[in-house]
Amino acid sequence: MTSQSPTLTTEAVREQLRNARGPQLWRSIDQLADTTAFRELVEREFPRGASELDDGVSRRSFLKLMGASLALAGVTGCTYMPRAKLAPFVEQPQGGRVPGIPLFYASALTLNGFASGILVRSNEGRPTKVEGNPLHPASRGGTDIFAQAEVLTMYDPDRSTQVLNNGAASTWDAFTTTLGNSLTAQSVTQGAGIRLLTTTVTSPTLAAQIEQFLQAYPQANWYQYEPINRDNVVAGARLAFGEDVSTRYDFSAAQVVLSLDADFLAPGPGFGAYARDFSDNRRVDAASTAMNRLYVVEATPSSTGITAEHRLALKAGQVEGFARALAAALGVADVPAGAAVPANAQAFLQGVAADLQANQGNTIVIAGAQQPPAVHAIAHAINAALGNVGNTVIYTAPVEARPALQTSELAALTNEIAAGSVELLVMIDGNPAYNAPGDLRFAERLAQVPLSVHLSLFVDETASRATWHIPLAHALESWSDARAFDGTASIVQPLIEPLYQGKTSHELLAAMLGDANADPLALVQNTWQAQANGSFDIFWQTALATGVIADSAAPTLTPALQTGAIPAAPPETSGLELVFRPDASLWDGQYANNGWLMELPRPLSQLVWDNAALISPRTAIRLLNLPISVDQLIAPAGGDADKAATATRERALELLTQANGTVVQLSYRGGSVELPIWLMPGHAEDSITVMLGYGRSNAGRIGDGIGVNVYPVRTSDALWFGSDLTLAATGRTYQLVSTQNHWTLEGRDIYRVGTFDRFSADPKSISRDIYNEKYGRDSPGYESLMPRVDYTGRNKWGMTINLNACIGCNACVVACQSENNIPIVGKDQVAVGREMHWIRIDRYFAGSDLDNPDTYVMPLTCMQCENAPCEVVCPVAATVHDYEGINNMVYNRCVGTKYCSNNCPYKVRRFNFFQYSDLNTITLQLARNPEVTVRNRGVMEKCTFCIQRISDARIEAKKTAVAAGQTDYTIADGTIVTACEGACPTAAIVFGDLNDPASRVAKWRGEGHNYGLLGELNTFPRTTYLARVRNPNPDLELEG
Amino acid sequence: MAQAQPLRTRPQPDDGESYLLPGETYTSLTQKIGDVPLVSPLKTPKGWLAGFTVAFFLLMIFLMSVTWLFIRGVGIWGINIPVGWGMDIINFVWWIGIGHAGTLISAILLLLNQGWRNSINRFAEAMTLFAVACAGVYPILHLGRPWIFYWLIPYPNTHGMWPNFRSPLDWDVFAITTYATVSLLFWLVGLIPDFATLRDRATNVWVKRIYGMAALGWRGSAHHWHRYEIASLLLAGLSTPLVVSVHSIISLDFAISQVPGWQVTVFPPYFVAGAVFAGFAMVLLLMIPIRSFYGFQNYITMRHLDVMAKVMLATGMIVVYGYFMEAFAGLYSGNVYEEYLLTNRLIGPSAWAYWGLLFCNAVAIQPLWFKRVRQNIPALLLICVLVSIGMWLERYVIIVISLEREFLPSSWAQYYPTFWDWSLYIGTFGLFFTLLFLFIRVLPMINIFEMRLFLYQEEEKRRLLGPNTDAEPIVRPTATTD
Amino acid sequence: MGQIFPRNANLLARLSIFGGLLLVVELILITGVFFRSNYFRQINVAVEQPVAFSHQLHNGVLGVDCRYCHTSVGQSYFANIPATETCMTCHSQIAQYSPNLEVVRESYATGAPIEWIKVHNVPDFVYFNHSIHVNKGVGCTTCHGQINNMPVVWQTQGYFMAWCLDCHRQPEQFLRPREEVYNADYVQPANQLEIGRQLVAEYGIMPAAQLTNCYVCHR
Repeated sequence: MTSQSPTLTTEAVREQLRNARGPQLWRSIDQLADTTAFRELVEREFPRGASELDDGVSRRSFLKLMGASLALAGVTGCTYMPRAKLAPFVEQPQGGRVPGIPLFYASALTLNGFASGILVRSNEGRPTKVEGNPLHPASRGGTDIFAQAEVLTMYDPDRSTQVLNNGAASTWDAFTTTLGNSLTAQSVTQGAGIRLLTTTVTSPTLAAQIEQFLQAYPQANWYQYEPINRDNVVAGARLAFGEDVSTRYDFSAAQVVLSLDADFLAPGPGFGAYARDFSDNRRVDAASTAMNRLYVVEATPSSTGITAEHRLALKAGQVEGFARALAAALGVADVPAGAAVPANAQAFLQGVAADLQANQGNTIVIAGAQQPPAVHAIAHAINAALGNVGNTVIYTAPVEARPALQTSELAALTNEIAAGSVELLVMIDGNPAYNAPGDLRFAERLAQVPLSVHLSLFVDETASRATWHIPLAHALESWSDARAFDGTASIVQPLIEPLYQGKTSHELLAAMLGDANADPLALVQNTWQAQANGSFDIFWQTALATGVIADSAAPTLTPALQTGAIPAAPPETSGLELVFRPDASLWDGQYANNGWLMELPRPLSQLVWDNAALISPRTAIRLLNLPISVDQLIAPAGGDADKAATATRERALELLTQANGTVVQLSYRGGSVELPIWLMPGHAEDSITVMLGYGRSNAGRIGDGIGVNVYPVRTSDALWFGSDLTLAATGRTYQLVSTQNHWTLEGRDIYRVGTFDRFSADPKSISRDIYNEKYGRDSPGYESLMPRVDYTGRNKWGMTINLNACIGCNACVVACQSENNIPIVGKDQVAVGREMHWIRIDRYFAGSDLDNPDTYVMPLTCMQCENAPCEVVCPVAATVHDYEGINNMVYNRCVGTKYCSNNCPYKVRRFNFFQYSDLNTITLQLARNPEVTVRNRGVMEKCTFCIQRISDARIEAKKTAVAAGQTDYTIADGTIVTACEGACPTAAIVFGDLNDPASRVAKWRGEGHNYGLLGELNTFPRTTYLARVRNPNPDLELEG
Repeated sequence: MAQAQPLRTRPQPDDGESYLLPGETYTSLTQKIGDVPLVSPLKTPKGWLAGFTVAFFLLMIFLMSVTWLFIRGVGIWGINIPVGWGMDIINFVWWIGIGHAGTLISAILLLLNQGWRNSINRFAEAMTLFAVACAGVYPILHLGRPWIFYWLIPYPNTHGMWPNFRSPLDWDVFAITTYATVSLLFWLVGLIPDFATLRDRATNVWVKRIYGMAALGWRGSAHHWHRYEIASLLLAGLSTPLVVSVHSIISLDFAISQVPGWQVTVFPPYFVAGAVFAGFAMVLLLMIPIRSFYGFQNYITMRHLDVMAKVMLATGMIVVYGYFMEAFAGLYSGNVYEEYLLTNRLIGPSAWAYWGLLFCNAVAIQPLWFKRVRQNIPALLLICVLVSIGMWLERYVIIVISLEREFLPSSWAQYYPTFWDWSLYIGTFGLFFTLLFLFIRVLPMINIFEMRLFLYQEEEKRRLLGPNTDAEPIVRPTATTD
Repeated sequence: MGQIFPRNANLLARLSIFGGLLLVVELILITGVFFRSNYFRQINVAVEQPVAFSHQLHNGVLGVDCRYCHTSVGQSYFANIPATETCMTCHSQIAQYSPNLEVVRESYATGAPIEWIKVHNVPDFVYFNHSIHVNKGVGCTTCHGQINNMPVVWQTQGYFMAWCLDCHRQPEQFLRPREEVYNADYVQPANQLEIGRQLVAEYGIMPAAQLTNCYVCHR
């Protein structure tokens, strides 16, 4: 057997996996895993036996026997461990690489074509972790969940491993030959039969190649399509200015922000910059004199909506009316009046208008990509009228290689196919057969194309229908380039040879241009040769080292508003409305096979492993005649004082949530789909939101058949929302799984909120009010019989989380999962409360009115209590304190009584009820962080404050100190960055040494609104919170 | 003298006043009790066979559940985060509680010189042992990694580490092992004279040998009796504190924590009372059928049932007081979490358990105030069943309901037992009854020589009260009656 | 009727009671001893390597410094197993035709790594870091034994946790000056404790209460 080859390298693994997929892949992996060769590989990859995998016959499994029956002793004659083997390099790698010390490389990842800079950690040549690139404008050091999860996608064992021709194994050479023939045939008609379908292209290299191709075949056509596209943005700009311009916003200068259904605090172009700038303007401290204010008008509750001071729940279809009314209220010229704004929105409208007027020049009116072009045009007009342009709203030359109305382009393509004029269709990435609007019937049309080529990571719905499938090299395996939201270009560099012989889009284009074996590196370098002023080597090295190409941002423009551009208002719609939104975790479905994302609780709904029809409780009660009075949605007049009424209401709400999972039939524009409902307080009335990206058939082991595919009911004329929806109960129910079932705070002092006015007058007021209510005095005055342990002299690690900055984006959760080898457990395990996330984001609906509640999100991880309740009760001392005050959880000592978790008031401990960590899949082994133990069945685990990073920093510090002859070592603030802190796009988490008064964490800890969760338990948590500070508009604030 | 014809003194009419009905002689006692184990295997009563078969089947279920547990892990149960302990610990506490009656009867009543205990102590002690055995398996099985349970034991190891002596779970190890050991010793020592009796009565030589070995050469000399009395007094003295200590320490498993509903100062006494309560219920439950099956109504009289029922009532009322105190503490504390705990018990999703426990343990025992009920067998049986269920529910309420809803509403979750939770619980009944059936088959389930002693005392009383013609000439009983 | 056992059978009874207890204790002890045995841990068992490389010759006789091959021992947790290249730096000049080096030359030619057998097995779940130890004055031979006298290497210590703790609890008993760390012939001076205490102070070695924290070695 080939896998018996004496030495095994990552390349060899790659070789063996090359032609395997599905069950076959598993067989070959098993065969492989048995070979000694593989054990050597793992021995090299995990030199310190961090995982149990690396000892041939597990010593622990031997001990299991011993524990089970001591009588076995000696009889087995088994010795300590079979001898493992070590295969060193033949030639020591150069470049100052020290064996065992990880290296970081700068690169970029794209979402919707727009780049975000990253730093990738490489352990022994394996990319294991993605961090943000502080030098990159779209990252600013933070990342979104997708960037964090790309590592897992790269190692996904379900990825396509070979070239397929009509489903049969083939080769790249065979493909290029066929392609060549076809192109020669096409050259007669100048490529009239050739169509190129890509996703949004910002890569200069790819754009150049396509340009070159189109010159070679003038009659050929290039289309772009993504299901989550920016058609409305493009069309809106064309409407307003008559030309293509890209808009970007500078939230650092914005005092008042109005979002017209724009979820700018969720992943998308510019997310990193927007989230960071926006939160910087509300991360207030005692010295702050000003704080920005956010108004949101939206249908579906979003991260942006819950961050807002004032949120107005409007049907997506009514937002345009609101925009027109606002324009009128602000006296913006030639905006035709629209439908009357609902009565309950009038006050809000007036308040916003006044506030915008008062802060001219420092405001932003931002329209959501799902709102029609008119709304965007109006927003442009308002921003111009308010003098925001050039200050907070910046127009630049288009960032995309070719701004396009993608939906209509896809429609055009399908028509051409139907007309039989397409003979060669080359699809680069994307998955139109799955995610095209239902009315286009793209999947059927695709079958009519004589020769269709699809380049993708997976053999997905499109690949399985195309005549040729080419495996795509993952971004972490490729040379390429891409532009960020502001046009800044970055070089994408590979961290590892393609695991599954994937090809980059550049190689495919090169092949179409006749060079079947082009080197993508050369292609990318060619593109930049011209730009490099001075030595190209220096330019190139700088670009690779910094992760950005200097001064490559798109030039700013000052486009002129066209008069009379804005069309008259469309006829008013009524009745139920259906809204399509990208899924917070799966996006358009391309991440459906990523376990980390699939099991990531969706913001606000906390749903996992399913999509649902989000509906407001009031609407649900009305449409489904739930046996609950709508009055229960409003808190009793007495507030929490009226204990009986409160208790009964809480119980009623609990019963109400049992309606979750009721399956309803949504009939919409001739189409129909059945979905379970999920009650979402704060959702607009008469509006139902469904998430895209589910119901995949060819996603892979994780994503197949999860949730319901709603693309078929999506129509190309109303991509994002539309009326004439009817809802019918089916009488069936379906088990939806959420990591948090309870809605309210039960009146408990868990999440603290105050207003900016009160705060700036007295920073301590927020907590004091609570203490006065609870204890009748200004301070809690907790007392303890136990003396406090003294941690001075050494580092006293602590963490503070700023609730004002947290937007609940989940980046920290995925980052933690990636850094700490946290397994996924599957839907059924989450259903019984066994999810393993070390950091979780709690969500509470507060306020008196559940039709539009104050929604709070609160990241929660091990508090590292100084008086840790878990430690006292562990019978084997498997969780104890160390001298830096960290609560050490020692997996190999844990016997699994679970008492520590019972006694943990924060419930942040996680237990391996089964063998959750995958100990068999090779590629997942390679994805692991060798610095962190892979946990086995029956042990408790929890947040360690990223002890592996602390240890490494401490050891380095000590070595430097002793080398310099000093007896004591110092670790500078910021040297240690925990995974969650590093990933946070809003810098809401700081970690550091509380003994160092200059450290950020010590400063935050000193703020007046700092508080410890459940402080009355005297646990003295090392992780504390900065209370949320809101800056409401006095005219609109209803409750104190 | 030649073997006398076995007397078949049929049960006498029971006036419900005496602990030993008239008409019994030393011989009749010895024969009626002693013959049960000596019956040849072929003549084994059908009823016993039937019962044993069922018990053995359940025992197989136990083995199956444990095997699957070791193969897959504790995930096969319904436990989760936040409810880390479920039926494993509930059943553990329940069984260990049942165990308590035995020690109480054998130790404390002995010291109090309560003669009536003589006819029930052997059985109660056996029951204790078997209950402790059932309880004992749970602390090991509930571990995530049961194969290293021995890390809880302080022994010189290659880790250079001790267990955490601050943890109540570690105290359990000592409490339970001590309790089991002492109870076993007490029981075995008490058996020695009876082993001798069986040895002497047995006809089959092999049976003679086996009982002979167990009798450890007992000859019934005054020397032996003297040693014996001292030994049993010492053991009684040893195990008396254990009655209190074991369940107090079990209760600390909870009281030490800070979980609302666990951190209750009244737990130790309240757990001990509850244990005795449950224990007596179980003794009654088992003794009533067996007594009629083997025709022991003369030795285990209505008066016995009556007294045990009284003990149940008394301990039951203490438990009810415990419930009252918990509720009061919740309201009086002014602590939002304690208050909510009460609300949750009363109207929460698991309220059925709380109401059920109040009915079984508080309401159902009230009829025991009346002698008519205490001496009415069906009524007693019903109440005992209810109490056993009630005490199980009590542990469910304390352990599960408290954990389901702690401090942060975000982590609230319900607990649902799975098939394997139940199968293991049912399986432990298999373990319990298999042992019990073997016990009543091969050992004298009533203490023969103590009964003789008791008979002597009773006869003495009668003689002093007046001439008694039926009575045989009084002979100081010895273990060997030939 | 009479007894079925003679009076002296009582002795048997007594013996069986105590004998039984004794047996249990014995079994436990034997088990314990077995798992601590050098046989079970394969201590002092020389491990044949594919190449007859002699530490005795290279380090002991020729005095090649440890770090010449184990390059990263001072900077990384991982001491590094030398690349074939490293062997060839000398052996392209010295003994270049020695049959013992056939495997090495072949590896260098074909690019196939030499498969050394792993000798020292640290128990699982221990994140041992070479660099911090050698930088703080823990000598190679303290853990690896007199490597300079080993023609073929064997493991000289059981690497039990308790064994590690010996040093983590009293570092002064084992420390040596940093410049002596790689000296395989170093012998502890008579006043080791005194010197050790000086070094502990000088190198800022943490007190036992800190050195024995779980997270120092486990994660």
